[in-house]
Amino acid sequence: MIRFERVSKRYPGGYEALADVSFEIRHGELLVLAGHSGAGKSTLIKLIAGLETPTAGKVWVSGQDVGNLRQNQVPYLRRSLGLVMQEHRLLTDRTVFDNVMLPLLVTGYPPRDAAKRVRVALEKVGMSEFENAMPLTLSGGEQHRVAIARAIINRPSVLIADEPTAHLDPAYAREIAALFRSFHAAGVTILLATHDETLFSPYGARRIELAKGRLLA
Amino acid sequence: MSLSFFPHGMAFRLAFRRIAAKPLSSLLSALVVAIALTLPAVSYVLIDNLASLANGVTGKPEISVFLKKEVSADQALRVENRLRADKRIVALRFVPRDAALKQLAARGGFADVTGALSENPLPDAFILEPVGDDPQVFDTIRTSLTAMPEVQYVQLDSAWVERLHAAVELGHWVALLLAALLGTALVIVTFNTIRLQILTQRHEIAVSLLLGATRGFVRRPFLYFGLLQGLLGGVLAWAMVQGIVWLMAPRVQALARAYSIVVDLQGPSWWQVVALLVFAAGLGWVGAGLSVRRHLHDGAVD
Repeated sequence: MIRFERVSKRYPGGYEALADVSFEIRHGELLVLAGHSGAGKSTLIKLIAGLETPTAGKVWVSGQDVGNLRQNQVPYLRRSLGLVMQEHRLLTDRTVFDNVMLPLLVTGYPPRDAAKRVRVALEKVGMSEFENAMPLTLSGGEQHRVAIARAIINRPSVLIADEPTAHLDPAYAREIAALFRSFHAAGVTILLATHDETLFSPYGARRIELAKGRLLA
Repeated sequence: MSLSFFPHGMAFRLAFRRIAAKPLSSLLSALVVAIALTLPAVSYVLIDNLASLANGVTGKPEISVFLKKEVSADQALRVENRLRADKRIVALRFVPRDAALKQLAARGGFADVTGALSENPLPDAFILEPVGDDPQVFDTIRTSLTAMPEVQYVQLDSAWVERLHAAVELGHWVALLLAALLGTALVIVTFNTIRLQILTQRHEIAVSLLLGATRGFVRRPFLYFGLLQGLLGGVLAWAMVQGIVWLMAPRVQALARAYSIVVDLQGPSWWQVVALLVFAAGLGWVGAGLSVRRHLHDGAVD
């Protein structure tokens, strides 16, 4: 499903975020990417989403070489991924409902038909009653749930989350972890970048760890 | 709405909402566009009026055919029949010498002069309108008319008309040049408006791109915004042109009366209005397109 072949990423200025990283995520797998802050987890996710291009090596997603995709192909790659970024990036001037509907509008889904899917997604993350709320009125955990609803609305084949439980109290973090577990049970391939891997260990997740841009054996 | 038109409809509605969300700032931007367009538009309309006036006064270049004084009424009639049979002449008007004298007397300052004359010095004349607008044809007609035994003198009244038409043509070109210059200003105004919009909506653009929006999806609302702003500016410019023409009309008429000319100052014709709106909307689109091309790139995601 996702394969890294000896991938390195060096930023302008010489900082090497990833060095010679190789691994594979198989279809339907739940993979936890562990590592301290600055280990290269976010860079790795950006490479998968085509937000960065590798300095060396190849990143394969669903059989496509991400680094060699034409610019007009990248949006279609991103649509096949459900991305939950660390800072969840909700639009604060729109309601929860409109935020979750955004990926459907982006793909040209008619709003009338989209409404039903938005409500299903919000129900899945337990946020149905907040559909008219503005993001800034929600707690951190609720905002994360909205971001997850937005990530799953397009029914992605891969769900990728960057520190989905960061800055959450333990109760909220457990709820979020349970949500990802339920998606995995439904057959979705999941990659979770987290420094709090204990949350996901009860779910039989495979674990890989990055340290200073290198994959630990 | 079909799926293929849906993104455009959505982008159009979004652009419309953005304009409606900030009515004052949208109105000010549209006014800048309108003012930039009004000057060339007014110039063009006024020059068009002048062209109509020139055409109205002269119709087409005329040829005056003065008969010899000794030509009798019967001979004049025969000349008229020959002229009417000539396919190169589209209109013909006979001016009897008595009528010519009366016209002369009616003009300010000539009544005393004509009264003092013992006999009418003016000949009978024909005023002809030749076919087409080819000066060579006019010369050929003049040559053949001059050869007629009853004809004393043939005068081709086209030189000043040509000068007037050349002046009107020059005026049109100046107006178009102004339109090109001020149209560039319009493009710059839209370019800057869209630049500011892209800056204020960077977060939304970044999120949209992250969620799989194509560049076209992100670009479209800005393009429609430029088009709508240009169109709004065009409508305002049209209103301004109508207002200016309305304000100028009585003053121009008063001036024209002093020269014994009847002027009916007209606003822009329907096709000129359409051209103005298309021009304004098109330039708005171009300005937005250039700005989007310059400022919107995938780096916005970061």
